Amino acid sequence: MATVDLKDVKKIYAGGVEAVKGVSIAIPDKALCVLVGPSGCGKSTLLRMIAGLESISAGAVSIDGKVVNAIGPTERDIAMVFQNYALYPHMKVYDNMAYGLRNRGTPKDEIDKRVRETAKTLELSALLDRRPRELSGGQRQRVAMGRAIVRNPKVFLFDEPLSNLDAKLRGQMRVEIKNLQRALGVTSVYVTHDQLEAMTLADQLVVMNAGLVEQIGDPLDIYEKPASTFVASFIGAPPMNLLALTRDGAGRMPAGSPEEMAAIGHGSAAGSTALASAAPMLTDGSLVPFAPQAAAILGFRPEDADVTHGAEAPDGALAIPAAVEAVEPVGAESFLYCAAAGTRIIVRVHGRATARPDDQLRVVVRAEKLHWFDEAGKRV
Amino acid sequence: MTESYPLRTFIAHAVLILGILIVAFPIYYTFVASTHSLQTILRPPLPLLPGDRFIENYSEALFGGVGRIGGVSVGTLLFNTTVMALGIAIGKICISILSAYAIVFFRFPLRMTFFWLIFVTLMLPVEVRILPTYKVMVDFGLIDTYAGLIVPIIASATATLLFRQFFLTIPGELVEAARVDGAGPFRFFKDILLPLSKTNIAALFVILFIYGWTQYLWPLLVTNRNDMNTIVIALRKMISFADADTEWHLVMVTCMLAIVPPILVVVLMQRWFVRGLVDTEK
Ligand SMILES: Nc1ncnc2c1ncn2[C@@H]1O[C@H](COP(=O)(O)OP(=O)(O)O)[C@@H](O)[C@H]1O
Ligand SMILES: [Mg+2]
Repeated sequence: MATVDLKDVKKIYAGGVEAVKGVSIAIPDKALCVLVGPSGCGKSTLLRMIAGLESISAGAVSIDGKVVNAIGPTERDIAMVFQNYALYPHMKVYDNMAYGLRNRGTPKDEIDKRVRETAKTLELSALLDRRPRELSGGQRQRVAMGRAIVRNPKVFLFDEPLSNLDAKLRGQMRVEIKNLQRALGVTSVYVTHDQLEAMTLADQLVVMNAGLVEQIGDPLDIYEKPASTFVASFIGAPPMNLLALTRDGAGRMPAGSPEEMAAIGHGSAAGSTALASAAPMLTDGSLVPFAPQAAAILGFRPEDADVTHGAEAPDGALAIPAAVEAVEPVGAESFLYCAAAGTRIIVRVHGRATARPDDQLRVVVRAEKLHWFDEAGKRV
Repeated sequence: MTESYPLRTFIAHAVLILGILIVAFPIYYTFVASTHSLQTILRPPLPLLPGDRFIENYSEALFGGVGRIGGVSVGTLLFNTTVMALGIAIGKICISILSAYAIVFFRFPLRMTFFWLIFVTLMLPVEVRILPTYKVMVDFGLIDTYAGLIVPIIASATATLLFRQFFLTIPGELVEAARVDGAGPFRFFKDILLPLSKTNIAALFVILFIYGWTQYLWPLLVTNRNDMNTIVIALRKMISFADADTEWHLVMVTCMLAIVPPILVVVLMQRWFVRGLVDTEK
């Protein structure tokens, strides 16, 4: 029913905080766009600017091709689901859902019809006469959804709507939101800091960091080809293993944790390596073949790695000597926490792990599964 | 808890009952006095049981009029005082809830200045500004009018601050949800803020009604005519220095009647109060 376009949108709060530093996103009609990023990266601010609850410092927000910068939230014809649901505590469920329609002057019988229909879809029919405090968390969440759906708006906006639910309910609601959104075909923007939620829900995934967009795309494309070390370590759990490379034959880099690696990717001066012409190697001195010229950081997903006790490196694979620190069996899979090249590597193996803590082994990754990032953390 | 300790229960009840007796005795004694003739009251000791002049005394006071205050009936006094107390309570609530609404939910120039101006008036009791206020009332010709009784004490910094504190506890998301739902400032106030403030309004109403009912200094100044007096002022006027000059039985009746409306307000509003507490949730 509507597209949403953000063109170089910026937000500078009164106190001088630049919360959003120029974001452009084109959300296609009927798509579910998920904004994901760590807390404080400006997701809510961006969403609230789309909603019209926050003024836009620079740039343009358009809904359905029409710039809405100067239009209030009511006229933008959007509906929002808030993190704490924001149900009107003194109104019954019915009135909570009907309120927006009443304010728009919808006829009474039309309101009644729509509220009851929506309540039926969301299985709220039996709760219409209750007040919010007589409902469980999950039911409140549904009412908040119902209040948005019943208005049949152009755009749905969700600000971490599931973060107050327990894990099981969150999983259920995630599926339900996805199905509802697809069934209703309403363009939606969904904010979350949970990468799993983001991956499973998104048609279009937007990874944000520090007020900027890191990457936009299909969730699996982003997973397979993260554009930066930040995205690589943010999307996927456990995160991608990141190892610093050095080309200085003798020199060894200080040990770096994945967080520090991500920080390197973020233009911080700490730990940047001098690029020499020699073959790149890991900080423990083991050589890394296949590395592109510009590569400064090597990354691979835990599930793309395997371990071997043998000394031979398989052809077309990188073998990194490592010491097992801990083994975490989860049932269907096990996680091996290994110390290698001055950092910690996580390897995910199927079923039971044969490795034991303190084993010396080699982590093996096929060349095509390796990701390369330059000194600034950008994908090579 | 109480079931298993009969002795403890007994003592607790005994203490409570004793407390009630001590508190209630003066009121009871006033009631007793209000049912005797003036002669009986003036001739000690005063009996401990009610007399036979209940109907005579009360109807004389309510409908006949009291001599020492120019024959004005206690009914008129009750009416005056009710108008004033209601005017003050309702007026204060309306004004303070609106000013708190403005201060909390709107961004306008000098917002904090206004807030502090209101706050500072807390430190200025009526007594401090009584002469200029009186002059203003005289100039406006408001002496001996209900407006003169009510208007000068209708603004309340305390109530404004109370409402402000309450409004500050209303989550921002709720305000935004209402905006998204198309509620303008007026609708938001009427549909969301007012219903949520029910409990606070009920509590404030009780407090402010009694505050208005017991006003003394201001009504004393601003009313001269006997038929515009409030009940507290009239009571004072009814009492003369000479015991024999004072119609004590009518004074007692007036006292009893003066207590009734505040009690009614407390009892009636208490129900609201409790319902408000049960119903709303922030
Ligand atoms: N009303 C505000 N005034 C000033 N700064 C704000 C305001 N709201 C948010 N911020 C700041 O803007 C940044 C982004 O906030 P937010 O959009 O809420 O992040 P997120 O939702 O991604 O966690 C944060 O640094 C936050 O402190
Ligand atoms: Mg947020």
